[in-house]
Amino acid sequence: MRVTADRERCISAGRCMATAPDVFDQDDDGIVLVTHPEPGAAEQDLVTEAVDQCPARALEVSL
Amino acid sequence: MTEAPPYPQNRTCPYQPPEGYRAIGEQGPVLKVTLFDGREAWMVTGFKESREILTHPNLSSQRTHPGFPIVAPRFRSAIARNLALIAMDPPQHDIYRRYLNPHFSLKAVRRMRDDIEQVVRDFVDKIVEHGPPADLISMLAVPLPSLIICRHLGVPYEDHDFFQDSSGKIMLGSEEDSTSAGQDLVDYLDKMTRREIDNPTEGLIGTLARERVQTGELTQDDLVAIALVLLIAAHETTSSTLALGMITLLEHPEQYARLRADMSLLPKAIEEIVRYVSTTDLVAVRVAKGDIEIAGHHIEAGEGVLVSGTIANRDGAVHQRPEEFDVARSDTHHVTFGFGIHQCLGQNLARLQLELAFEQLITRLPDLRLAVDVDELPIHGAGTVQRVLNLPVAWSS
Repeated sequence: MRVTADRERCISAGRCMATAPDVFDQDDDGIVLVTHPEPGAAEQDLVTEAVDQCPARALEVSL
Repeated sequence: MTEAPPYPQNRTCPYQPPEGYRAIGEQGPVLKVTLFDGREAWMVTGFKESREILTHPNLSSQRTHPGFPIVAPRFRSAIARNLALIAMDPPQHDIYRRYLNPHFSLKAVRRMRDDIEQVVRDFVDKIVEHGPPADLISMLAVPLPSLIICRHLGVPYEDHDFFQDSSGKIMLGSEEDSTSAGQDLVDYLDKMTRREIDNPTEGLIGTLARERVQTGELTQDDLVAIALVLLIAAHETTSSTLALGMITLLEHPEQYARLRADMSLLPKAIEEIVRYVSTTDLVAVRVAKGDIEIAGHHIEAGEGVLVSGTIANRDGAVHQRPEEFDVARSDTHHVTFGFGIHQCLGQNLARLQLELAFEQLITRLPDLRLAVDVDELPIHGAGTVQRVLNLPVAWSS
């Protein structure tokens, strides 16, 4: 699984960081950072949930 | 052909949908409803469909559009029609939102935790000192979010009675009261922002004055409009959710006991409260600026669109046992904070205040219970923020 974030779309809701804290963070402007773009199997359900929760549809995963 | 049912309707129980919403939900996920002025608007009641339409590029927040649906007389006022962020579309909305995001991000809010915890502790100390029965509305639910937003913005908390009164009238008053309260608040903020532009202080208004007004990116009027919307939004919603959430917990003693026995459930329980009580009832009022196809319906450009959080949060297509209040529920997904680019800016600040308030109340007030029957609690508000006017509770002291 590979995770990408569109930082232009991000609205700083923080749902990704709250859901999968080992994969997502926010910078000082509140904009999403992907800290682990290739999460392990243990993280994948949380990442899928984070993608679903993103209100700005700023996250994407590819296999 | 089914006639478009009336919307919004009044609740009879503070935390349950009005009886008539069941029939509306059954006609969903997309139907037409009739507003107070006799006009019709589209209403989206499905959870998935709510998310879909709220991320649709043809949905507009322009309240000056002639097709924009008006859900109550007070929303005819010029102030309600020109709210910063809420009544804006991209690109202007996104520029404003970017100015504010650093101050409301999850990371920024987490840094406020210790301060907010101390504020909550001070309020709960006063409740304990007062002894039972105590009114949770006047002793916590109203002053807590007020104090927190005043500090965050850098506006004087001494004026909180004025902010509370004005915000309440703007959100829930008659058309006349709403208009005059809005003007009073604008006049106040006009003077306040002038001082901040001349001599910026530490809070968010001072920061915006220094970083955005002095640089020419925002005018003073823009700053007034931003301060106005942040004050109104902060004063109404968290306060009501705290109160309605506590009533819901106390009316479900087995859920209350379960949470008290395992406080690690609290963050989940807060999401469930936010889902279940649906404080904002209507989470979006919009107009289509182009045609929209959704769930087999064709919405034409210029038609009004509403999204019912109350109904979408209890959607059998996505929620197991949607009508059941369950503090350990895993499917707490809700649209109470909206969805799409307008999703609530203050959501993380609201969650944190709720978490800290429930934590202190549950752990420090043993055998907490309502001091009156739930039917005796005065309810206010339909279509927007649902409120109870007072909430007397008792405990074993």
